[in-house]
Amino acid sequence: MVKRLKKDWPYLVLLLPGVVLTFIFSYMPIYGLVMAFQDYNPGLGFGRSPWIGFENFRFIFSQPQFVRSVYNTFYISIFKIIFGVSASVIFALMLNEIRNTIIKRIFQTIVYIPNFISWVIMAGILYGILASDGIVNNFLGFFGIGPIQFLSNSSVFPWTMVWTDVWKTFGFGTVVYLAAITSIDPGLYESAVIDGAGRFRQTISITLPMMGPIIMLMTVLALGTVLNAGFDQIYNLYSPAVYSTGDIIDTFVYRLGLQNGRFAIGTAVGMFKSVVSLVLISLSLLVAYKVADYKVF
Amino acid sequence: MDKMTQGQKLFRVFNYIICIAVCLICILPVINTLAISLSSPAQVATGKVAFWPRDFTTMSYEFAIENGRFLQAFFVTLQRCLLGVSINMFMLVTTAYPLSKSRQRFAARHFFMGFYVFTMLFGGGLIPYYILILQLGLLDSIWSLVLPLSVPVYSLIILMNFMRNLPAEMEEAAMMDGAGHFRILVSIYLPVLKPALATVGLFSFVFHWNDWFTGALFMNDPVNYPLQTYLQTLLINFRDLLRMSGSDYHRLLMRMNEQTGRAAQLFLSLIPTLVAYPFLQKHFAKGLVLGSVKG
Repeated sequence: MVKRLKKDWPYLVLLLPGVVLTFIFSYMPIYGLVMAFQDYNPGLGFGRSPWIGFENFRFIFSQPQFVRSVYNTFYISIFKIIFGVSASVIFALMLNEIRNTIIKRIFQTIVYIPNFISWVIMAGILYGILASDGIVNNFLGFFGIGPIQFLSNSSVFPWTMVWTDVWKTFGFGTVVYLAAITSIDPGLYESAVIDGAGRFRQTISITLPMMGPIIMLMTVLALGTVLNAGFDQIYNLYSPAVYSTGDIIDTFVYRLGLQNGRFAIGTAVGMFKSVVSLVLISLSLLVAYKVADYKVF
Repeated sequence: MDKMTQGQKLFRVFNYIICIAVCLICILPVINTLAISLSSPAQVATGKVAFWPRDFTTMSYEFAIENGRFLQAFFVTLQRCLLGVSINMFMLVTTAYPLSKSRQRFAARHFFMGFYVFTMLFGGGLIPYYILILQLGLLDSIWSLVLPLSVPVYSLIILMNFMRNLPAEMEEAAMMDGAGHFRILVSIYLPVLKPALATVGLFSFVFHWNDWFTGALFMNDPVNYPLQTYLQTLLINFRDLLRMSGSDYHRLLMRMNEQTGRAAQLFLSLIPTLVAYPFLQKHFAKGLVLGSVKG
């Protein structure tokens, strides 16, 4: 042990600052979860607030708004994953067909740009272009469609969230998938050409199957965070008119816990989310490891 | 290149058209905002400004720059990015280096790696986090924006994998010459880590630049709002007005000249990321790809 310390001390010194800060800001809040089992009173603190067992949990499960937010979270998240992965894969395949590397890189750069724009700014932009007399509805008007209330019609709202998120984030997947395509052994294509396979056939029979593991991996990792349906996006775009289909767990916790000051109830909802997330992420990492041999560390 | 059949030619043209259309969809909203910000409010109110400014004017930008609150928020964000990115980079390098060693070289590696990965898996959630910041007395302090998440785990994994893929001989040779860990880290690792550092640096910058929520959560006094939090309050005001006017956007604009001002402020806040990204992009794709593969 002493000998080990003698050898390892430089590593430990390097690790120290990060570990201290991470302990304070990521581990200490976990202690705050005791609130979920208390009738928490800020004046009394964690130490002296009365314990009430699972009362807070019983309360939230009896709330239709909570159950609704769980449903909405899954609904929005799952469609974001399905369409997001498909869009990234399809666009990567299309870019792959472009031979000119400079043009290819320019396209790749452009589709990545929306990733860097914050949801606050995106929301500002979307309010303009999705308005009843905004660009999108004007465009749809040419085809005799609309006007569609993208942000205030509760049956359209979840789809607006799905598609604006796909639009903002698919560029990231494209970069990853394109890199995966580049690393496919060119010999495979050569032998396919000898066998008489055309470009389309090569894409279907070689490129897609070779991308299988990475697509699987990205999807599984995304499924692990399925409970994060996009707080920044939804909070900045929703309104009471679309709570029925647009309110997600995170926005529910924020309104209930912080805006209405019901700390204990909000913590219970947050804890429910953390626990379910823990299970889902662990499962997804396990599947990623078994299927794609992916190890986080 | 051998001759292409008619079908292949058609496909190529079609493919180019779709790719260009997708790219346009990705940048047109930004261009639309730019066009609005450079147009006169009267023209914007007619709803005809799409991708080109009408009745060109830089008035909105003058308004934004002379607007004390915008500048104040801009300054807070600048300060935050400077502090936040420096802290992130320092923590990432010092943490990734020991963790990139094999278990034989550094026995406690798995313990510390587990320590960080766990933070990705489980947390206290929003309210305990808020109470912690409150009890630490960090409300309304810039430190509440830069100290939490000082070690972003995703970036840590990218940087660590990048270090693991470096040839071991490099380090062994330096050790033979009597260089210590700190020397190796600074003069051997850092120069070859450029692509990875550019990638995680960009992530860190974008995070600090774009984050509005922690600002809204921990800052009570609007004087301390970072740029995005300030912009979000503009947005919320706008949204409430919008709701009252029955969501007829342009009728509302007749009464509201600040639309162009808002667009100008949105666009100004976009500039740093738009400028930084193409420069870093070269390293970026490389850093991301190499970093996500375990060596």
